[in-house]
Amino acid sequence: MKYLHLLWANLRRKKTRTILTVLSIFVAFVLFSLLVAVEHAMDMGVSVAGEDRLVVRHKVSLIQLLPESYESQIEQVEGVADATYATWFGGIYQDPRNYFAQFPVDPDEYLAMYPEFLLSEEERAAWRETRTGAVVGRGLAEKYGWKLGDKVPIQATIWVQEDGSRTWTFDVVGIYDGAEQGTDDTQFLFRYDYFDEARGMAKGEIGWYMIRVEDPERAAAVAAAVDARFANSAAETDTSTEKAFVQGFAKQVGNIGKMMAAVLGAVFFTILLVAGNTMAQAVRERTEELGVLKAMGFTSRQVLGLVVGESCLISVLGGGLGLALGWALVTLGGDPTGGALPIFFMPAPQVALGAALVVLLGLLAGALPALQAMRLRVADALRRG
Amino acid sequence: MVSPGKWLAQVAAVAKYSVMTIPQRLGASASAAFGIAGVVAVMVGVLSIAQGIERTMSRSAAPDGAVVLRDGAGSEMMSGLGREETVIVGDTRGIARGAAGPLSSAELFVIIDLPKRSTGTDANVPLRGVEEAAFEVRDKLEVIQGRPFEWGRNEVIVGVGAAREFAGLDFGGAIDVGGEPWRIVGLFAADGGIAESEIWTDARVLQAAYRRGDSFQSVYTKLDSAAAFADFKDELTSDPRLSVEVFTQDEYYSGQSALLRGLIQVLGGIVTVLMAFGAVFGALNTMYSAVSARTREIATLRALGFKAGPVVLSVLAESLLLALLGGTVGGVAAYLAFDGFTAATINFQSFSQVAFAFEVTPGLVVLGIFCAAAIGFVGGLFPAIRAARMPIADALRAS
Repeated sequence: MKYLHLLWANLRRKKTRTILTVLSIFVAFVLFSLLVAVEHAMDMGVSVAGEDRLVVRHKVSLIQLLPESYESQIEQVEGVADATYATWFGGIYQDPRNYFAQFPVDPDEYLAMYPEFLLSEEERAAWRETRTGAVVGRGLAEKYGWKLGDKVPIQATIWVQEDGSRTWTFDVVGIYDGAEQGTDDTQFLFRYDYFDEARGMAKGEIGWYMIRVEDPERAAAVAAAVDARFANSAAETDTSTEKAFVQGFAKQVGNIGKMMAAVLGAVFFTILLVAGNTMAQAVRERTEELGVLKAMGFTSRQVLGLVVGESCLISVLGGGLGLALGWALVTLGGDPTGGALPIFFMPAPQVALGAALVVLLGLLAGALPALQAMRLRVADALRRG
Repeated sequence: MVSPGKWLAQVAAVAKYSVMTIPQRLGASASAAFGIAGVVAVMVGVLSIAQGIERTMSRSAAPDGAVVLRDGAGSEMMSGLGREETVIVGDTRGIARGAAGPLSSAELFVIIDLPKRSTGTDANVPLRGVEEAAFEVRDKLEVIQGRPFEWGRNEVIVGVGAAREFAGLDFGGAIDVGGEPWRIVGLFAADGGIAESEIWTDARVLQAAYRRGDSFQSVYTKLDSAAAFADFKDELTSDPRLSVEVFTQDEYYSGQSALLRGLIQVLGGIVTVLMAFGAVFGALNTMYSAVSARTREIATLRALGFKAGPVVLSVLAESLLLALLGGTVGGVAAYLAFDGFTAATINFQSFSQVAFAFEVTPGLVVLGIFCAAAIGFVGGLFPAIRAARMPIADALRAS
């Protein structure tokens, strides 16, 4: 601790440079935070997909519907613990830019399939009693200021009602919370029985099935058995793990997402390189002083410690603040695109990676020039000025 | 007061001197220029994606073309129109007439799962069923290899963008639709428009394969003229038998890509602004170091009678030079790396893939270099002021 004063005095010697360097590192790590959040969001929560869930869709494409009657047949397949279904509603709330997913589902079956959606017993009961009831995620409810008892009109784009009306009005009877940080809390769920009775076409057909398997190890075999059951029928199926399904969906973005991530990564390292170079420069300029310190009796190790301590201080100051602001922007500011990236947060491993990079930057930027300086003999170092 | 001529001579002399000494500060100068090059390359690169998508969409639109969807559908994928409705639309006044009747094509728009060549994962490739008039409605469309599909048969033609981006769409091959092979008998181009991302076939064949009965999703028409659109739209929207939305092709396509372009622009914008800040800090640092390394020189010049103005300008000139150098390198690098780079991504609104090429226009490069100059200006200004304000006597004594 007795060296702290010396460190601080060194940093203050060229205040502008210190501040600018700290700011560059700060910017780099804000960028890093946004980058990891966006990249994670682009994967659409692959990491939170259930290991024991499968998704069954129409073989030709996701937009084709499957008969509701498949449910009981799927449940007979060996290894299937439970099955339920959902359909893409694709409605609009007030403005097409208010984008969120709406699914007509079987309330109890759906909540059983997704135990990470937490809903109180009273709200579950209210949903069972209210035919037009809807349950919405906490994030969605907060975004639009919905409370229990509110009526929410949704304009249909696909599902026009039997009487030709396009407006579906739902009563908010429950607000679910996500059990984990990455749980999607922007879904809008309503009752399938109401939907099926009121819709004007394709009655008795649903979008896709979700299956819970008894043993995740045997998921591939169960998927094959389900597809075999409907082979050569009017609607053949394609069953995959939920993870593969979500991943496949995310991969539709294609190599653009990866390319942008690569470019941003390159930028991040460019900024670090520039900042690191400045920090190293600051040490190189002081070779003479380091010689003086050694002449005064400081050991090589102490001098090295001083220099590395200084660069680490700069790096931690800039990087720490950058990660903190990045985290605040991502967590409090949320999705910058207004709905296109529903799962938007900084995963813990990436925060740790950021912290590790901060320390690494400090160590490298200080140690490389300091080691060079250490190799000089005291007399040579003194003569350099 | 020095005369303007002398003043300029002073500026030139100091600026020449500072530029000539750049090699002595090569490391710091190069890293600042490198940082600026990075900013410009990323900015131009990201904007070229948005530009490419926009260009694809705008090339798709014919000024005298209209699209009719079911009211409230917003996109073809969501829409649905019965046979009777498409017939009423086809009989509306204002539609141009060809040899076989009105130029109106009722179409089906679905997707088929095919793997992307770049990632090997399944993608929603648009598959369009059209009627005979479609080729006249979209007169830019041209079969460049093979022949058009035959009506009533399981044959398709594939857009060059789709053939490039998705596996299994080679000329002479076949796609599997519900267990049946549909032969690829031709490839078509459409002046770089969005149709090039699609697979086309006969609407009636597609209706059967996708169990759509006798329904369609959209009607594409060619009007007598762009001016006929207002009347055409009025007539359709006031018809009590119909509940439809009518767009010009321009409106329709720019609306379809709004979300995608917005996403890229918002993300790209945030990143570019952050990076520009990073580059400004880097440039400031470099120029402060440059000024501090030259403390004694600058003081000597001032003692010799050089004014503050030329000193300020010379530092600014050095900074601008580095920035322009970096900006040009970044712009050229972006052009070489990104221009014409082809990719396909999902358009959330149509729920299907769009194939497009990145487009680095001269305008984007100029914009990038302009930003570089702005960064260089800010990065040079403050150090320049410091240089001019140094007390001469103290500075002469500096080591």
